[in-house]
Amino acid sequence: MNNFFLHTFFGLIFLIFQGLFLNNVNLFEWLNPFLYIYFIVYYPLKNNRIIFIFISFLYGLIQDFFSDTHAIHSAACLIIAYFRPVFLKLYFGMAYEHQVVKFNSVELNQNIFYLFTLTFVHHLIIFCLEVFDFGKILLILKNTFFNSLFTFFIVYIFYEFLINKNKFS
Amino acid sequence: MQKIIYFLIRNKNFILFLALLTVSLAVNFNFNEYNRSKIMNSSNFIISSLYEAKFSVTKYLNLEYQNKLLIDENLKLKEIIYNSKNPIEISKKIEEMDFDFIASTVIKNSYTKTKNYITIDKGLIDSITIDNGVISSNGVVGIIDKSTSNYSRVISILNENFMLNAKLKNSNSFGVLSWNGRNINKVQLKDLPKQVDIKIGDTIVTGGNSFIFPKDVLIGYVDSYKLDNSENYLEVEIILSTDMTNIENLYIIRNNNIFELNSLDE
Repeated sequence: MNNFFLHTFFGLIFLIFQGLFLNNVNLFEWLNPFLYIYFIVYYPLKNNRIIFIFISFLYGLIQDFFSDTHAIHSAACLIIAYFRPVFLKLYFGMAYEHQVVKFNSVELNQNIFYLFTLTFVHHLIIFCLEVFDFGKILLILKNTFFNSLFTFFIVYIFYEFLINKNKFS
Repeated sequence: MQKIIYFLIRNKNFILFLALLTVSLAVNFNFNEYNRSKIMNSSNFIISSLYEAKFSVTKYLNLEYQNKLLIDENLKLKEIIYNSKNPIEISKKIEEMDFDFIASTVIKNSYTKTKNYITIDKGLIDSITIDNGVISSNGVVGIIDKSTSNYSRVISILNENFMLNAKLKNSNSFGVLSWNGRNINKVQLKDLPKQVDIKIGDTIVTGGNSFIFPKDVLIGYVDSYKLDNSENYLEVEIILSTDMTNIENLYIIRNNNIFELNSLDE
């Protein structure tokens, strides 16, 4: 339970941090990391699924208020929250199905693939909905790929510090 | 009946997912159109207060540049006033002006998306309403899209839904200005008749066909031009005169005759 509250606390911090600062990083004038998806990607594995889906939706909705995007973030968050078990099964396999896997003890390569896939899917939905013009498919793919890489690195750094910290101690 | 209930309970996750997805997509598609968004934007009170708290700290980082912009603008205005032949005429006209100017400050700016909005710290209390024009010291920035009592949201010139009539400074042929979402320094002017005499580096200004902006407000300079697909009109790439990545002090333009002018259209 302690773990859960800590996660929610960091989730809220990230949300405000994202809204006020990270949306204005604008590296090379078009790259922004979406750190806030950390909350959904590393939400504790033992959860009430229906609550998790609903919270993710609200979480994205608040981000929409910050960035003036009309329910784009909430749709993207909702989709990765709903399909998260699919990717968990895909990358962690039997360990996930027998509920013995924990985020602080997963293997490095599995974790990287898992994180990158979710990030990529999230960004793809965001940019598809935002641009919403298949004539600009190259723009969508370019934005998705490079922003995903950026987000991936930032989220992974926070993962190492917040979840995987026992490696250091 | 029981089977239906069991079915609903068994698939409650999926049903919730589908319901919420429908809601968010519906919101997205409905609000994509210009001027339709009612609730979901950053000019609501809580988010604006957060942005303003942040801005009260970060504004100091940019003071030098913003001061320089304002001084440059003051210089230009002083030159006009003191070089004009009869300075009394200018001060006389102030009372019977068509356009009011209101100063305001940006508390949130975005330019990385394809639909960018700016939030400013003036609202209905300062008698700002929808469809007021917004300019910086260097040129057009956007149009007020929504106002709450203390804040307003501006639809930026870097927004795919933004449209404005514009013309070459020394001609009367109009075109439609919009943005294709690719380069944040360049906007596009379409439907300009191909007979028009155009050169690279020419100045593009507002046309004055709408009541939003006065005539001849600077927008940018011609970068390149080519015939469009129909081969009857020119498509012009324009370099914006305003650096949209670094705006802070804006002026809102209010047309004093707007009710009278609109009543003619009805």
